[in-house]
Parts: sequence; structure tokens; C-alpha cells
Amino acid sequence: MRMVGNTESVRVVDLCRVLPRHLSAAQADWLTEARAEAAAEPATVKANSAQAGRRCGRGPLGGEGSPVVAWTVDDAVRALLLAATRLAGPALAALAATVYQEGDAAERRGVLRALGALPVGDAAGHLNADALRTRDTRLVAAALGPYGARRLAPPAYRHGVLGCLHLGIPLTAVAGLDLRADPELGRMARDFVDERLCAGHPVPGDAWILVRDCPSPPGGADPRSPAVRNPEEPCASSTRTSI
Amino acid sequence: MRIFDPHIHLTSRTTDDYRAMRAAGVRAVVEPSSWLGQPRTSLGSFVDYFDSLIGWEPFRAEQFGIRHHCAVALNPKEANDPRCSGVLELLPRYLAKDSVVAVGEVGYDQVTESEDAAFAAQLALAVESGLPVLVHTPHRDKAAGVRRTLAVVRESGIPPERVLVDHLTEATAAEVVESGCRPGFSVYPDTRMDVGRMLEILRRYGPGRVVVNSAADWGISDPLAVRRVAEAMLEAGYSEDDVDRVVWRNPVEFFAAGGRLDLAPVSAGAGATAPGGS
Repeated sequence: MRMVGNTESVRVVDLCRVLPRHLSAAQADWLTEARAEAAAEPATVKANSAQAGRRCGRGPLGGEGSPVVAWTVDDAVRALLLAATRLAGPALAALAATVYQEGDAAERRGVLRALGALPVGDAAGHLNADALRTRDTRLVAAALGPYGARRLAPPAYRHGVLGCLHLGIPLTAVAGLDLRADPELGRMARDFVDERLCAGHPVPGDAWILVRDCPSPPGGADPRSPAVRNPEEPCASSTRTSI
Repeated sequence: MRIFDPHIHLTSRTTDDYRAMRAAGVRAVVEPSSWLGQPRTSLGSFVDYFDSLIGWEPFRAEQFGIRHHCAVALNPKEANDPRCSGVLELLPRYLAKDSVVAVGEVGYDQVTESEDAAFAAQLALAVESGLPVLVHTPHRDKAAGVRRTLAVVRESGIPPERVLVDHLTEATAAEVVESGCRPGFSVYPDTRMDVGRMLEILRRYGPGRVVVNSAADWGISDPLAVRRVAEAMLEAGYSEDDVDRVVWRNPVEFFAAGGRLDLAPVSAGAGATAPGGS
């Protein structure tokens, strides 16, 4: 089974199609006005982004997936506000960065999710790196979506994926694994599994998926790898944990 | 039993406290802005603190099934520090956030001119943002501080029912009750109330409007204090409805006035496992 992840960018047209089903007439009117304000004066996005949750709701936007991964109504509202500005490139990236920096956790998550749907170019990658420095699982997951996955430097991407194993974030949150999983990530995953087995702790299923599907280094898998370890070989702890 | 602790400084508390609070029935809290125990020396320090009140701390609380709201303000002690001037200009952007349900803690520490100015300015911000106000009363010279507080509240034009005057004692409760402001009592060792005295307060004023909190912080304090008051009320013969009024409906009614309170249940562990230190 190949690794699967969050590989598809959500587009503005997708949000425009799905979001109205989740809004009352009053909520839809508020959003229409807020989008018009954004088109006329992009700076209004800051104030309206702050209100998006209480004005339009915070429930799931639908679709399957863990609550850590799935888009919410307020995520979609924030993305549409940014898209309505008609800014692009560095100017849009700067506005998105301001909304992120001055935002609460929901606003930061909304910006991270929106980046894949917006014409921001490459100028907003630092927001993903910033989010990976938190331990808020919703922000870490959003940072590893399609936009971040294409722009995070290899060490940050690998540590983000490893962080998902530590934090219990499903790998379905992570975009780009098919392209970016490399022997070093495989080595990190094998060491993670080894550490868990030796400690007698459970090993998350996603860790074994990484061990199995990350490409091997030249010369084949490390013979010390738990995937090839002799089950009789002693571990630091005498207690073994079944997979 | 459902409990709403309307004044608790959870940035200073451990996950053991969160676990115990959840087990005791705490389902929602308000964490007002406070000082660190030593001076903050720059605006950046406040930005990071306020950001944590609308970011990391609500996430941490959610891991244990507790809804976290906050109040933001320049607290009375720091209002006297020139390095903290400029915080008042930061406040409007935070007062717009979903989980910011009040301006607070504001009020007096030593009743200085700087504290006067900061208090009045923040009452004006509360009026402008449509939020209620959580007022700290001084631990030293409290009676004089409460009198001055009520005078400033009257001058501000803010409806008194939108003002919670906290950390009251036997000598200061009557005046606050009479003013129409919400009387608040912190069950906190040594400097504020204890459970027995709280029951006397309830006997005198009734459960109708009183708000009880732990004010638990980085000092010796008890995050389960509200639970202890609730249990003592039951033992003393109050009904479950009376208890629910004091430890849930009264604080909810007060903080709901700003239209932001979110009491939808949150499952413990929502959003993956509680992460460790790294």
C-alpha cells in the first residue's frame, strides 16, 4: 500500500461551492459584505478574520477525516476573505502573514490552510516553518498541507513528519509524502520505531508505514533496522511490544 | 456537577491541575490577564503572553475537555511601569478575538494616578468593544480601593451589571452588591476568602448574583476551590439548583454578555494526544 496523504489543494471555487450549505442567510450576508470590504480595502480582512468564527460558525466543512486535518467553516471564510482582496504575490503574502501573526490559533490555522488556494507564490513559506515550532496539533497539521509541503526545507519537512508521529497527528494530514519521503526520513522513522520498541511503548501504525514505504538508502536497509532486526536480538529493554 | 471557574491563571498551572479540574466538573474557565510575579519589561512580552491566552493555553485546556476563554488588559501593577506603556494600544486587536470574553484584570493595586488612567482607559475600551469587565480589588487597603473602584465605574457610564468586582471580603461586599455590580469572591489562601467564610457570605447575600472563583495562579492556591465551595454548599443544605446557580449560571450569565462565550462541550483529547515537552 502506497503512502497516502493530504495531496490535493483545496481551491477557492471548491470553497465557494461547499461553504453556502453551512451558512444561514444572515451568515451568508455577513460573508458577502465582508468579501466586498476585502475587495475595496484589503486591510479589513484583519478585523473580519477575527470575527469569522462567531459570525459564520466553526463546524466541520464536511468530508471525512480527523478533526485535526479537516477544514472548518471559519477556515473557509478566512480563505475567501483573503481571496476576495484580489491581491497576489508578495502583497497577498504580506497580508496573510499579518493575519497569521496577529491572529488567534483558529486564524493561524485558517491562513495556513488558505495558502494552497491563494496566489501567494513562494513568499509565505515562513508561516509554515513558524507553525512547526508550535505543539498545537491543528497548526502542525495545517503547516504540512499542500503549500507547506512544497516549500518547507527538507530538514523541516522531515522533522514535521516525525513530529506527527510524536503528536499523534495522522499522516493523512501530510502532503507530498510520495515525493518527499527519502532515505533520511526512513532512517528517522526506523529509529523512532526502535526507540518505542525498546521502551515497551506502542508503535503508531503510521510509523510502520513510513518504515515500509520510505526509499531505502543506497546499499539497502540498515541491518539494525527494527524492520529487519532479529526478534531474538536483545533490546535496551527486555519488554517487547507487539505491533 | 458543572463548574465554570471565572478567574483562574492556567498558564501557571500543570496538566495535573487540568486533569483534576476536569474530574471535579470544571468544563469552562476564564483566564484574565495578570502579571508574572516579576516585572515584564517590554511590549513584546505582553504580545507573547496575550498570544498564548488565545492560542496555546486554550489548546492545552482542550486536551482535558475544558473550554478556555480569557480576558485581556494591562493589569494594575504593571500600569505603574513606564516600560509597559503602549500596552493599551495593543488591546483593541485582542479584544476582537473570539475567545476574549472580557476586559480584565483591571483596577487598582496602590491607587496611583497611572492606575487611575489605565483603569479609565480600559473601561472605555470595554464600552467600545461591548465586553464586560473583570475588576481586581487591591489586597492592601482594600476598602479604600473598592470605594474608588465603584466611583470610577460610575463615572465611566458602563452598566454596573457588566462589571465584576472581584476578590471581595466581608468588609467590602455590601457596597459592591448595592452598586449593582457583580460581586466576586476568590477562595484563595490567606489573602482572600476561605470556604467557611464563603458560606457566611452566601447566607448573607444569597446565591442570586454571587460569583466564586479560585484565582489559582503561580502562588499557593487551589484550582479546585470552586468545587470545594459547591460541596460545602450541599453539605450546608443548599439545593443542587442553588449550587448550579453559583458555580455555573452566575458566571455564565455575566461573561455571556459580550456575545462570545462558547460552552459547546469539548472532548478531552480533541485534536490528538497531549504533547510532551519537545
